[in-house]
Amino acid sequence: MYAQMIKSEATEDDPQRLAEFQARIDAGEKIEPKDWMPEGYRKTLIRQIGQHAHSEIVGQLPEGNWITRAPTLERKTNLLAKVQDEAGHGLYLYCAAETLGVSRDEMTEMLLDGRMKYSSIFNYPTLTWADMGAVGWLVDGAAIMNQVPLQRTSYGPYARSMVRICKEESFHQRQGFHIMMAMVKGTEAQKRMAQDALNRMWFPALMMFGPSDKDSVHSSQSMAWKIKMNTNDELRQKFVDETKPQADYLGLTIPDENLKWNEETGHYDYTEPDWNEFFEVIKGNGPCNADRIEARQKAWNEGAWVRDAMMAHAEKKRGAKANGAAQ
Amino acid sequence: MNHLFEFLLRQGDNALVLGHRMSEWCGHGPALEEDIALANTALDLIGQTRLWLELAGDVEGKGRDADALAYLRDAYDFRNLLLLEVPNKDFGHSILRQFLFDAFQVPWLTELSQSDDERVAQIAAKSHKEALYHLDRSAETVIALGDGTQQSNQRMQIALDYLWPYSGEAFADDETDVAMQEQGIAPLPSDIKEIWHDRVNAVLEKAQLQQPASDFAHKGGRNGACHTEHLGHMLATMQILQRSYPDAVW
Repeated sequence: MYAQMIKSEATEDDPQRLAEFQARIDAGEKIEPKDWMPEGYRKTLIRQIGQHAHSEIVGQLPEGNWITRAPTLERKTNLLAKVQDEAGHGLYLYCAAETLGVSRDEMTEMLLDGRMKYSSIFNYPTLTWADMGAVGWLVDGAAIMNQVPLQRTSYGPYARSMVRICKEESFHQRQGFHIMMAMVKGTEAQKRMAQDALNRMWFPALMMFGPSDKDSVHSSQSMAWKIKMNTNDELRQKFVDETKPQADYLGLTIPDENLKWNEETGHYDYTEPDWNEFFEVIKGNGPCNADRIEARQKAWNEGAWVRDAMMAHAEKKRGAKANGAAQ
Repeated sequence: MNHLFEFLLRQGDNALVLGHRMSEWCGHGPALEEDIALANTALDLIGQTRLWLELAGDVEGKGRDADALAYLRDAYDFRNLLLLEVPNKDFGHSILRQFLFDAFQVPWLTELSQSDDERVAQIAAKSHKEALYHLDRSAETVIALGDGTQQSNQRMQIALDYLWPYSGEAFADDETDVAMQEQGIAPLPSDIKEIWHDRVNAVLEKAQLQQPASDFAHKGGRNGACHTEHLGHMLATMQILQRSYPDAVW
Protein backbone atom coordinates (compact mmCIF):
# COMPACT_ATOMS: atom_id res chain seq x y z
CA MET A 1 0.00 0.00 0.00
CA TYR A 2 2.70 1.99 -0.47
CA ALA A 3 1.08 3.99 -3.23
CA GLN A 4 -0.80 7.14 -2.32
CA MET A 5 -2.46 9.82 -4.42
CA ILE A 6 -1.62 8.25 -7.74
CA LYS A 7 -2.62 10.69 -10.43
CA SER A 8 -4.48 8.94 -13.23
CA GLU A 9 -3.24 9.93 -16.64
CA ALA A 10 -5.74 11.10 -19.19
CA THR A 11 -5.83 8.88 -22.19
CA GLU A 12 -6.42 9.88 -25.82
CA ASP A 13 -6.75 6.59 -27.55
CA ASP A 14 -9.15 5.32 -30.17
CA PRO A 15 -12.57 4.97 -28.46
CA GLN A 16 -13.18 1.58 -30.06
CA ARG A 17 -9.92 0.12 -28.70
CA LEU A 18 -10.55 1.73 -25.32
CA ALA A 19 -13.96 0.09 -25.13
CA GLU A 20 -12.49 -3.30 -26.03
CA PHE A 21 -9.78 -2.84 -23.43
CA GLN A 22 -12.34 -1.92 -20.78
CA ALA A 23 -14.41 -4.96 -21.72
CA ARG A 24 -11.41 -7.23 -21.11
CA ILE A 25 -10.89 -5.69 -17.70
CA ASP A 26 -14.58 -5.94 -16.85
CA ALA A 27 -14.48 -9.61 -17.81
CA GLY A 28 -11.68 -10.10 -15.26
CA GLU A 29 -8.96 -10.78 -17.82
CA LYS A 30 -5.37 -9.97 -16.96
CA ILE A 31 -3.53 -7.47 -19.10
CA GLU A 32 -0.05 -8.71 -20.01
CA PRO A 33 3.02 -6.69 -21.06
CA LYS A 34 2.68 -7.34 -24.80
CA ASP A 35 -1.05 -6.59 -24.93
CA TRP A 36 -2.32 -3.29 -26.26
CA MET A 37 -3.08 -0.86 -23.44
CA PRO A 38 -4.11 2.78 -23.28
CA GLU A 39 -1.20 5.15 -22.73
CA GLY A 40 -2.91 6.50 -19.60
CA TYR A 41 -3.17 3.00 -18.13
CA ARG A 42 0.51 2.38 -18.78
CA LYS A 43 1.65 5.68 -17.32
CA THR A 44 -0.60 5.44 -14.27
CA LEU A 45 0.66 1.94 -13.56
CA ILE A 46 4.30 3.01 -13.89
CA ARG A 47 3.64 5.74 -11.38
CA GLN A 48 1.82 3.41 -8.99
CA ILE A 49 4.17 0.42 -9.20
CA GLY A 50 7.18 2.74 -9.14
CA GLN A 51 5.93 4.47 -6.03
CA HIS A 52 5.24 1.11 -4.46
CA ALA A 53 8.77 -0.10 -5.29
CA HIS A 54 10.37 3.09 -3.98
CA SER A 55 8.39 2.71 -0.76
CA GLU A 56 9.86 -0.73 -0.23
CA ILE A 57 13.37 0.61 -0.73
CA VAL A 58 13.01 3.76 1.34
CA GLY A 59 11.04 1.64 3.79
CA GLN A 60 14.22 -0.32 4.50
CA LEU A 61 15.64 2.72 6.25
CA PRO A 62 13.41 3.26 9.30
CA GLU A 63 13.67 -0.41 10.27
CA GLY A 64 17.27 -0.68 9.15
CA ASN A 65 17.85 2.00 11.77
CA TRP A 66 17.48 -0.70 14.46
CA ILE A 67 19.25 -3.71 12.92
CA THR A 68 22.52 -2.91 14.65
CA ARG A 69 20.73 -2.30 17.95
CA ALA A 70 18.32 -5.25 17.99
CA PRO A 71 18.23 -6.58 21.56
CA THR A 72 18.79 -10.32 20.96
CA LEU A 73 20.35 -12.45 18.26
CA GLU A 74 16.94 -13.83 17.32
CA ARG A 75 15.38 -10.36 17.03
CA LYS A 76 18.34 -9.21 15.00
CA THR A 77 17.94 -12.15 12.63
CA ASN A 78 14.22 -11.55 12.22
CA LEU A 79 14.58 -7.84 11.62
CA LEU A 80 17.43 -8.25 9.17
CA ALA A 81 15.46 -10.89 7.27
CA LYS A 82 12.45 -8.60 7.21
CA VAL A 83 14.34 -5.62 5.85
CA GLN A 84 15.95 -7.92 3.31
CA ASP A 85 12.47 -9.06 2.23
CA GLU A 86 11.62 -5.42 1.59
CA ALA A 87 14.58 -5.11 -0.76
CA GLY A 88 13.26 -8.25 -2.48
CA HIS A 89 9.79 -6.69 -2.80
CA GLY A 90 11.40 -3.63 -4.33
CA LEU A 91 13.15 -5.88 -6.81
CA TYR A 92 9.96 -7.69 -7.95
CA LEU A 93 8.11 -4.42 -8.25
CA TYR A 94 10.83 -2.72 -10.29
CA CYS A 95 10.78 -5.78 -12.55
CA ALA A 96 6.99 -5.50 -12.88
CA ALA A 97 7.36 -1.81 -13.77
CA GLU A 98 10.10 -2.62 -16.28
CA THR A 99 7.58 -4.66 -18.27
CA LEU A 100 5.85 -1.32 -18.93
CA GLY A 101 8.94 0.15 -20.57
CA VAL A 102 10.76 2.04 -17.83
CA SER A 103 14.09 0.88 -16.42
CA ARG A 104 14.96 0.50 -12.76
CA ASP A 105 17.75 3.04 -13.13
CA GLU A 106 15.35 5.59 -14.64
CA MET A 107 12.91 5.08 -11.79
CA THR A 108 15.71 5.36 -9.24
CA GLU A 109 16.84 8.65 -10.76
CA MET A 110 13.27 9.91 -10.52
CA LEU A 111 13.08 8.94 -6.86
CA LEU A 112 16.38 10.63 -6.08
CA ASP A 113 15.54 13.90 -7.81
CA GLY A 114 12.03 14.05 -6.35
CA ARG A 115 10.00 13.38 -9.51
CA MET A 116 8.64 10.17 -8.00
CA LYS A 117 7.32 9.73 -4.47
CA TYR A 118 7.20 7.02 -1.85
CA SER A 119 4.73 6.45 0.97
CA SER A 120 4.44 9.24 3.54
CA ILE A 121 4.80 6.75 6.40
CA PHE A 122 8.53 6.30 5.89
CA ASN A 123 9.16 9.94 6.66
CA TYR A 124 8.49 9.30 10.32
CA PRO A 125 11.34 8.31 12.63
CA THR A 126 11.83 5.03 14.52
CA LEU A 127 12.86 6.09 18.00
CA THR A 128 12.72 3.01 20.21
CA TRP A 129 12.73 -0.76 19.80
CA ALA A 130 8.94 -0.72 20.22
CA ASP A 131 8.78 1.04 16.87
CA MET A 132 9.96 -2.20 15.28
CA GLY A 133 6.84 -3.77 16.74
CA ALA A 134 4.58 -0.89 15.78
CA VAL A 135 5.88 -0.70 12.22
CA GLY A 136 5.26 -4.41 11.68
CA TRP A 137 1.89 -4.37 13.37
CA LEU A 138 0.49 -1.11 11.96
CA VAL A 139 2.45 -0.26 8.84
CA ASP A 140 2.63 -3.77 7.45
CA GLY A 141 -0.94 -4.25 8.67
CA ALA A 142 -2.09 -1.23 6.67
CA ALA A 143 -0.05 -2.35 3.67
CA ILE A 144 -1.77 -5.74 3.68
CA MET A 145 -5.22 -4.12 3.65
CA ASN A 146 -4.32 -2.50 0.37
CA GLN A 147 -2.23 -5.24 -1.16
CA VAL A 148 -4.51 -8.21 -0.66
CA PRO A 149 -7.10 -6.78 -3.10
CA LEU A 150 -4.27 -5.80 -5.47
CA GLN A 151 -3.59 -9.51 -6.01
CA ARG A 152 -6.66 -9.22 -8.27
CA THR A 153 -5.49 -6.08 -10.04
CA SER A 154 -5.83 -6.06 -13.83
CA TYR A 155 -2.15 -5.90 -14.73
CA GLY A 156 -0.74 -9.45 -14.64
CA PRO A 157 2.87 -8.81 -13.52
CA TYR A 158 1.69 -6.47 -10.75
CA ALA A 159 -0.95 -8.91 -9.53
CA ARG A 160 1.53 -11.78 -9.45
CA SER A 161 4.16 -9.81 -7.57
CA MET A 162 1.48 -8.95 -5.02
CA VAL A 163 0.74 -12.60 -4.32
CA ARG A 164 4.26 -13.23 -3.13
CA ILE A 165 4.58 -9.90 -1.35
CA CYS A 166 1.36 -10.42 0.59
CA LYS A 167 2.56 -13.75 1.98
CA GLU A 168 5.68 -12.13 3.34
CA GLU A 169 3.89 -9.04 4.59
CA SER A 170 1.48 -11.03 6.72
CA PHE A 171 4.44 -12.83 8.26
CA HIS A 172 6.02 -9.44 9.00
CA GLN A 173 2.85 -8.20 10.57
CA ARG A 174 2.69 -11.16 12.95
CA GLN A 175 6.35 -10.64 13.78
CA GLY A 176 5.63 -7.00 14.64
CA PHE A 177 2.69 -7.97 16.78
CA HIS A 178 4.88 -10.44 18.69
CA ILE A 179 7.39 -7.70 19.42
CA MET A 180 4.53 -5.60 20.78
CA MET A 181 3.33 -8.52 22.92
CA ALA A 182 6.77 -8.92 24.46
CA MET A 183 6.90 -5.18 25.14
CA VAL A 184 3.50 -4.96 26.85
CA LYS A 185 4.29 -8.00 28.99
CA GLY A 186 7.63 -6.49 29.96
CA THR A 187 8.90 -3.85 32.34
CA GLU A 188 7.32 -0.44 32.90
CA ALA A 189 9.88 1.07 30.56
CA GLN A 190 8.94 -1.39 27.82
CA LYS A 191 5.23 -0.72 28.25
CA ARG A 192 5.91 2.97 28.01
CA MET A 193 7.88 2.45 24.80
CA ALA A 194 5.02 0.41 23.35
CA GLN A 195 2.39 3.05 24.12
CA ASP A 196 4.64 5.82 22.88
CA ALA A 197 5.19 3.98 19.60
CA LEU A 198 1.44 3.58 19.10
CA ASN A 199 0.89 7.25 19.94
CA ARG A 200 3.35 8.35 17.28
CA MET A 201 2.47 5.80 14.59
CA TRP A 202 -1.33 5.74 14.73
CA PHE A 203 -2.21 8.76 12.65
CA PRO A 204 0.67 8.36 10.20
CA ALA A 205 -0.57 4.77 9.68
CA LEU A 206 -4.09 6.06 8.90
CA MET A 207 -2.56 8.47 6.38
CA MET A 208 -1.11 5.54 4.46
CA PHE A 209 -4.49 4.98 2.80
CA GLY A 210 -4.32 8.40 1.18
CA PRO A 211 -6.67 11.39 1.45
CA SER A 212 -10.33 11.12 2.29
CA ASP A 213 -12.53 9.95 -0.62
CA LYS A 214 -14.12 13.37 -0.93
CA ASP A 215 -10.67 14.82 -1.70
CA SER A 216 -9.37 11.90 -3.70
CA VAL A 217 -9.63 13.18 -7.25
CA HIS A 218 -7.86 10.43 -9.13
CA SER A 219 -9.72 7.36 -7.99
CA SER A 220 -12.49 6.71 -10.50
CA GLN A 221 -10.40 6.01 -13.61
CA SER A 222 -8.00 3.82 -11.62
CA MET A 223 -10.90 1.90 -10.15
CA ALA A 224 -12.46 1.36 -13.58
CA TRP A 225 -9.12 0.00 -14.78
CA LYS A 226 -8.86 -2.18 -11.67
CA ILE A 227 -5.56 -0.64 -10.73
CA LYS A 228 -7.16 0.53 -7.54
CA MET A 229 -9.60 -1.91 -6.00
CA ASN A 230 -11.13 -0.07 -3.04
CA THR A 231 -11.54 3.54 -2.00
CA ASN A 232 -9.18 5.08 0.53
CA ASP A 233 -11.89 5.46 3.16
CA GLU A 234 -13.12 1.87 2.76
CA LEU A 235 -9.65 0.54 3.45
CA ARG A 236 -8.99 2.96 6.28
CA GLN A 237 -12.23 1.92 7.98
CA LYS A 238 -11.35 -1.75 7.60
CA PHE A 239 -7.96 -1.06 9.15
CA VAL A 240 -9.45 0.77 12.13
CA ASP A 241 -12.03 -1.98 12.64
CA GLU A 242 -9.39 -4.70 12.67
CA THR A 243 -6.76 -2.84 14.66
CA LYS A 244 -8.85 -1.60 17.58
CA PRO A 245 -9.46 -5.09 19.07
CA GLN A 246 -5.75 -5.87 18.62
CA ALA A 247 -4.83 -2.74 20.59
CA ASP A 248 -7.28 -3.80 23.29
CA TYR A 249 -5.71 -7.24 23.41
CA LEU A 250 -2.30 -5.62 23.90
CA GLY A 251 -3.69 -3.34 26.59
CA LEU A 252 -2.64 -0.26 24.62
CA THR A 253 -4.72 2.86 24.06
CA ILE A 254 -5.21 4.20 20.56
CA PRO A 255 -4.61 7.97 20.81
CA ASP A 256 -8.10 8.96 19.65
CA GLU A 257 -10.83 9.93 22.13
CA ASN A 258 -13.48 9.67 19.44
CA LEU A 259 -12.71 6.06 18.63
CA LYS A 260 -15.99 4.30 19.50
CA TRP A 261 -18.05 1.42 18.22
CA ASN A 262 -21.03 2.65 16.21
CA GLU A 263 -23.96 0.19 16.40
CA GLU A 264 -25.71 1.78 13.44
CA THR A 265 -22.86 1.59 10.97
CA GLY A 266 -21.36 -1.56 12.39
CA HIS A 267 -17.95 0.13 12.35
CA TYR A 268 -15.78 2.16 14.65
CA ASP A 269 -16.05 5.94 14.44
CA TYR A 270 -12.64 7.56 14.48
CA THR A 271 -10.89 10.88 14.05
CA GLU A 272 -9.37 11.50 10.66
CA PRO A 273 -5.68 12.27 10.60
CA ASP A 274 -4.49 15.84 10.25
CA TRP A 275 -4.53 16.19 6.48
CA ASN A 276 -2.48 19.37 6.60
CA GLU A 277 0.31 17.37 8.17
CA PHE A 278 -0.12 14.71 5.49
CA PHE A 279 0.21 17.22 2.64
CA GLU A 280 3.26 18.78 4.29
CA VAL A 281 4.91 15.35 4.48
CA ILE A 282 4.08 14.70 0.83
CA LYS A 283 5.62 18.07 -0.04
CA GLY A 284 8.84 17.07 1.66
CA ASN A 285 8.33 18.54 5.12
CA GLY A 286 8.00 15.36 7.16
CA PRO A 287 10.41 14.75 10.03
CA CYS A 288 12.67 12.48 7.96
CA ASN A 289 12.13 13.35 4.26
CA ALA A 290 15.51 15.02 3.85
CA ASP A 291 17.38 12.27 5.71
CA ARG A 292 15.68 9.46 3.81
CA ILE A 293 16.46 10.88 0.39
CA GLU A 294 19.97 11.76 1.43
CA ALA A 295 20.55 8.16 2.57
CA ARG A 296 19.31 6.83 -0.77
CA GLN A 297 21.38 9.34 -2.73
CA LYS A 298 24.45 8.43 -0.71
CA ALA A 299 23.97 4.69 -1.34
CA TRP A 300 23.42 5.35 -5.05
CA ASN A 301 26.34 7.74 -5.50
CA GLU A 302 28.80 5.75 -3.41
CA GLY A 303 27.76 2.57 -5.19
CA ALA A 304 28.37 4.04 -8.66
CA TRP A 305 31.97 2.83 -8.88
CA VAL A 306 30.88 -0.69 -7.93
CA ARG A 307 28.11 -0.81 -10.54
CA ASP A 308 30.44 0.65 -13.19
CA ALA A 309 33.16 -1.86 -12.37
CA MET A 310 30.76 -4.80 -12.48
CA MET A 311 29.51 -3.70 -15.90
CA ALA A 312 33.03 -3.14 -17.18
CA HIS A 313 34.15 -6.55 -15.95
CA ALA A 314 31.15 -8.24 -17.55
CA GLU A 315 31.90 -6.43 -20.84
CA LYS A 316 35.51 -7.60 -20.76
CA LYS A 317 34.42 -11.16 -20.11
CA ARG A 318 31.97 -11.03 -23.00
CA GLY A 319 34.70 -9.57 -25.20
CA ALA A 320 37.15 -12.31 -24.24
CA LYS A 321 34.53 -14.97 -24.93
CA ALA A 322 33.71 -13.50 -28.34
CA ASN A 323 37.42 -13.33 -29.19
CA GLY A 324 37.91 -16.89 -28.08
CA ALA A 325 35.00 -17.99 -30.27
CA ALA A 326 36.34 -16.05 -33.26
CA GLN A 327 39.75 -17.65 -33.08
CA MET B 1 42.01 -21.57 31.35
CA ASN B 2 39.10 -23.40 29.72
CA HIS B 3 40.60 -23.79 26.27
CA LEU B 4 37.50 -25.25 24.67
CA PHE B 5 35.47 -22.26 25.85
CA GLU B 6 38.11 -19.89 24.45
CA PHE B 7 38.12 -21.76 21.18
CA LEU B 8 34.33 -21.62 20.87
CA LEU B 9 34.28 -17.92 21.66
CA ARG B 10 36.72 -17.37 18.82
CA GLN B 11 34.42 -19.13 16.38
CA GLY B 12 31.30 -17.40 17.67
CA ASP B 13 32.81 -13.94 17.97
CA ASN B 14 34.23 -14.07 14.44
CA ALA B 15 30.76 -14.80 13.12
CA LEU B 16 29.09 -12.25 15.39
CA VAL B 17 31.39 -9.35 14.67
CA LEU B 18 31.56 -9.91 10.91
CA GLY B 19 27.81 -10.56 10.79
CA HIS B 20 27.24 -7.25 12.54
CA ARG B 21 29.50 -5.37 10.13
CA MET B 22 27.75 -6.91 7.14
CA SER B 23 24.33 -6.11 8.63
CA GLU B 24 25.33 -2.44 8.64
CA TRP B 25 25.00 -2.52 4.85
CA CYS B 26 21.33 -3.42 4.87
CA GLY B 27 19.47 -0.68 2.99
CA HIS B 28 22.68 1.01 1.86
CA GLY B 29 24.17 -1.38 -0.69
CA PRO B 30 25.46 -0.26 -4.10
CA ALA B 31 22.70 -2.16 -5.94
CA LEU B 32 19.57 -3.95 -4.84
CA GLU B 33 20.98 -7.39 -5.63
CA GLU B 34 24.10 -6.64 -3.58
CA ASP B 35 22.00 -5.34 -0.71
CA ILE B 36 20.09 -8.62 -0.62
CA ALA B 37 23.26 -10.70 -0.91
CA LEU B 38 25.04 -8.79 1.88
CA ALA B 39 22.05 -9.31 4.14
CA ASN B 40 22.12 -13.02 3.31
CA THR B 41 25.74 -13.27 4.34
CA ALA B 42 25.01 -11.40 7.56
CA LEU B 43 22.06 -13.69 8.29
CA ASP B 44 24.19 -16.81 7.82
CA LEU B 45 26.86 -15.42 10.11
CA ILE B 46 24.42 -14.45 12.84
CA GLY B 47 22.92 -17.92 12.57
CA GLN B 48 26.38 -19.43 13.04
CA THR B 49 26.98 -17.11 15.98
CA ARG B 50 23.96 -18.47 17.78
CA LEU B 51 25.21 -22.06 17.43
CA TRP B 52 28.80 -21.39 18.49
CA LEU B 53 27.96 -19.13 21.41
CA GLU B 54 25.19 -21.38 22.67
CA LEU B 55 27.71 -24.21 22.79
CA ALA B 56 30.31 -21.93 24.39
CA GLY B 57 27.80 -21.09 27.13
CA ASP B 58 27.11 -24.80 27.72
CA VAL B 59 30.80 -25.61 27.88
CA GLU B 60 31.45 -22.75 30.28
CA GLY B 61 28.66 -24.04 32.53
CA LYS B 62 27.84 -20.74 34.20
CA GLY B 63 24.35 -20.39 32.80
CA ARG B 64 25.23 -17.91 30.07
CA ASP B 65 23.40 -18.37 26.79
CA ALA B 66 24.33 -17.02 23.35
CA ASP B 67 22.59 -13.69 24.02
CA ALA B 68 24.35 -13.20 27.35
CA LEU B 69 27.68 -13.81 25.66
CA ALA B 70 26.90 -11.54 22.71
CA TYR B 71 25.35 -8.68 24.62
CA LEU B 72 26.91 -8.67 28.06
CA ARG B 73 30.64 -8.97 27.51
CA ASP B 74 32.92 -6.00 27.09
CA ALA B 75 35.53 -5.64 24.34
CA TYR B 76 38.38 -7.26 26.28
CA ASP B 77 36.35 -10.48 26.53
CA PHE B 78 35.79 -10.70 22.78
CA ARG B 79 37.89 -13.20 20.86
CA ASN B 80 37.32 -12.27 17.21
CA LEU B 81 40.01 -11.47 14.67
CA LEU B 82 40.83 -7.77 14.41
CA LEU B 83 40.25 -8.04 10.66
CA LEU B 84 36.54 -8.51 11.28
CA GLU B 85 35.97 -5.53 13.55
CA VAL B 86 37.55 -2.77 11.46
CA PRO B 87 34.90 -0.52 9.87
CA ASN B 88 33.32 -1.11 6.48
CA LYS B 89 34.76 2.08 4.93
CA ASP B 90 33.44 1.28 1.46
CA PHE B 91 31.99 -1.69 -0.38
CA GLY B 92 35.45 -2.67 -1.62
CA HIS B 93 36.79 -2.97 1.93
CA SER B 94 33.77 -5.00 3.02
CA ILE B 95 33.85 -7.49 0.20
CA LEU B 96 37.62 -7.90 0.30
CA ARG B 97 37.54 -8.47 4.06
CA GLN B 98 34.77 -11.00 3.50
CA PHE B 99 36.91 -12.76 0.90
CA LEU B 100 40.02 -12.88 3.11
CA PHE B 101 37.90 -14.40 5.86
CA ASP B 102 35.97 -16.80 3.60
CA ALA B 103 39.24 -18.07 2.16
CA PHE B 104 40.22 -18.95 5.73
CA GLN B 105 36.84 -20.30 6.80
CA VAL B 106 36.40 -22.81 3.99
CA PRO B 107 39.52 -24.92 4.74
CA TRP B 108 39.17 -24.26 8.47
CA LEU B 109 35.58 -25.47 8.66
CA THR B 110 36.45 -28.41 6.42
CA GLU B 111 38.90 -29.50 9.11
CA LEU B 112 36.55 -28.69 11.99
CA SER B 113 33.78 -30.78 10.48
CA GLN B 114 36.12 -33.75 11.14
CA SER B 115 36.53 -32.74 14.80
CA ASP B 116 36.54 -35.41 17.50
CA ASP B 117 34.03 -33.22 19.33
CA GLU B 118 30.71 -34.14 17.73
CA ARG B 119 29.11 -30.80 18.59
CA VAL B 120 31.94 -28.84 16.98
CA ALA B 121 31.83 -31.10 13.92
CA GLN B 122 28.09 -30.54 13.46
CA ILE B 123 28.21 -26.76 13.67
CA ALA B 124 31.24 -26.69 11.39
CA ALA B 125 29.55 -28.90 8.78
CA LYS B 126 26.52 -26.62 8.64
CA SER B 127 28.64 -23.47 8.54
CA HIS B 128 30.91 -24.94 5.89
CA LYS B 129 28.07 -25.13 3.36
CA GLU B 130 27.41 -21.44 3.87
CA ALA B 131 31.10 -20.51 3.79
CA LEU B 132 31.47 -22.23 0.41
CA TYR B 133 28.99 -20.00 -1.34
CA HIS B 134 30.18 -16.95 0.57
CA LEU B 135 33.63 -17.65 -0.84
CA ASP B 136 32.33 -18.14 -4.38
CA ARG B 137 30.58 -14.83 -4.24
CA SER B 138 33.23 -12.79 -2.47
CA ALA B 139 36.03 -14.13 -4.69
CA GLU B 140 34.03 -13.40 -7.83
CA THR B 141 33.22 -9.90 -6.66
CA VAL B 142 36.83 -9.13 -5.70
CA ILE B 143 37.93 -10.25 -9.17
CA ALA B 144 35.23 -8.17 -10.85
CA LEU B 145 36.08 -5.04 -8.89
CA GLY B 146 39.82 -5.47 -9.27
CA ASP B 147 39.45 -6.03 -13.00
CA GLY B 148 36.57 -3.61 -13.67
CA THR B 149 37.76 -0.02 -14.06
CA GLN B 150 40.88 1.92 -13.19
CA GLN B 151 39.03 3.54 -10.32
CA SER B 152 37.71 0.27 -8.95
CA ASN B 153 41.17 -1.30 -9.19
CA GLN B 154 42.66 1.59 -7.22
CA ARG B 155 39.97 1.36 -4.58
CA MET B 156 40.50 -2.37 -4.18
CA GLN B 157 44.25 -1.89 -3.89
CA ILE B 158 43.71 0.69 -1.13
CA ALA B 159 41.43 -1.76 0.64
CA LEU B 160 43.95 -4.56 0.29
CA ASP B 161 46.80 -2.42 1.62
CA TYR B 162 44.68 -1.50 4.64
CA LEU B 163 43.36 -5.00 5.37
CA TRP B 164 46.48 -7.04 4.65
CA PRO B 165 48.23 -6.43 8.01
CA TYR B 166 45.06 -7.72 9.70
CA SER B 167 45.00 -10.95 7.73
CA GLY B 168 47.90 -12.74 9.42
CA GLU B 169 46.41 -12.90 12.90
CA ALA B 170 44.26 -15.89 11.98
CA PHE B 171 47.37 -18.10 11.73
CA ALA B 172 49.15 -17.07 14.94
CA ASP B 173 48.90 -20.29 16.95
CA ASP B 174 48.81 -20.02 20.73
CA GLU B 175 48.33 -22.32 23.70
CA THR B 176 44.59 -22.65 23.10
CA ASP B 177 45.27 -23.82 19.56
CA VAL B 178 47.82 -26.32 20.81
CA ALA B 179 45.35 -27.61 23.40
CA MET B 180 42.65 -27.99 20.73
CA GLN B 181 45.02 -29.87 18.50
CA GLU B 182 46.06 -32.20 21.31
CA GLN B 183 42.42 -32.95 22.10
CA GLY B 184 41.61 -33.68 18.45
CA ILE B 185 39.13 -30.82 18.33
CA ALA B 186 40.82 -28.62 15.75
CA PRO B 187 44.01 -28.43 13.71
CA LEU B 188 46.50 -25.65 14.25
CA PRO B 189 45.42 -22.57 12.28
CA SER B 190 48.95 -22.35 10.87
CA ASP B 191 48.33 -25.74 9.21
CA ILE B 192 45.94 -24.15 6.74
CA LYS B 193 47.97 -21.05 6.04
CA GLU B 194 49.34 -22.41 2.80
CA ILE B 195 45.93 -23.35 1.43
CA TRP B 196 44.71 -19.88 2.33
CA HIS B 197 47.70 -18.25 0.73
CA ASP B 198 47.36 -20.15 -2.52
CA ARG B 199 43.69 -19.33 -2.82
CA VAL B 200 44.17 -15.67 -1.96
CA ASN B 201 47.07 -15.33 -4.39
CA ALA B 202 45.10 -16.86 -7.22
CA VAL B 203 42.20 -14.46 -6.71
CA LEU B 204 44.38 -11.38 -6.23
CA GLU B 205 46.19 -12.21 -9.41
CA LYS B 206 42.98 -12.48 -11.41
CA ALA B 207 41.87 -9.25 -9.79
CA GLN B 208 45.13 -7.59 -10.82
CA LEU B 209 45.87 -6.55 -7.25
CA GLN B 210 49.37 -6.41 -5.75
CA GLN B 211 49.79 -8.40 -2.58
CA PRO B 212 51.61 -6.17 -0.07
CA ALA B 213 55.20 -7.26 0.50
CA SER B 214 55.18 -7.03 4.29
CA ASP B 215 53.91 -9.96 6.28
CA PHE B 216 53.55 -7.89 9.43
CA ALA B 217 50.42 -8.92 11.32
CA HIS B 218 48.44 -6.93 13.89
CA LYS B 219 47.46 -9.22 16.74
CA GLY B 220 45.39 -9.06 19.89
CA GLY B 221 41.87 -9.88 18.76
CA ARG B 222 41.70 -13.66 19.01
CA ASN B 223 43.27 -13.64 22.47
CA GLY B 224 41.56 -10.41 23.56
CA ALA B 225 44.85 -8.76 24.50
CA CYS B 226 44.35 -5.63 22.43
CA HIS B 227 41.35 -4.98 20.18
CA THR B 228 41.08 -1.97 17.88
CA GLU B 229 39.24 1.13 19.02
CA HIS B 230 36.46 0.20 16.63
CA LEU B 231 35.14 -2.77 18.58
CA GLY B 232 34.03 -0.64 21.54
CA HIS B 233 31.86 1.50 19.30
CA MET B 234 30.34 -1.53 17.68
CA LEU B 235 29.49 -3.00 21.07
CA ALA B 236 28.12 0.31 22.34
CA THR B 237 25.61 0.16 19.50
CA MET B 238 24.95 -3.57 19.57
CA GLN B 239 24.53 -3.86 23.32
CA ILE B 240 22.65 -0.68 24.11
CA LEU B 241 19.26 -2.20 24.91
CA GLN B 242 20.59 -5.10 26.96
CA ARG B 243 22.83 -2.73 28.90
CA SER B 244 20.26 0.03 29.38
CA TYR B 245 17.39 -2.23 30.43
CA PRO B 246 18.98 -5.14 32.30
CA ASP B 247 15.63 -6.45 33.59
CA ALA B 248 13.85 -6.48 30.26
CA VAL B 249 12.93 -9.53 28.21
CA TRP B 250 12.67 -8.68 24.52
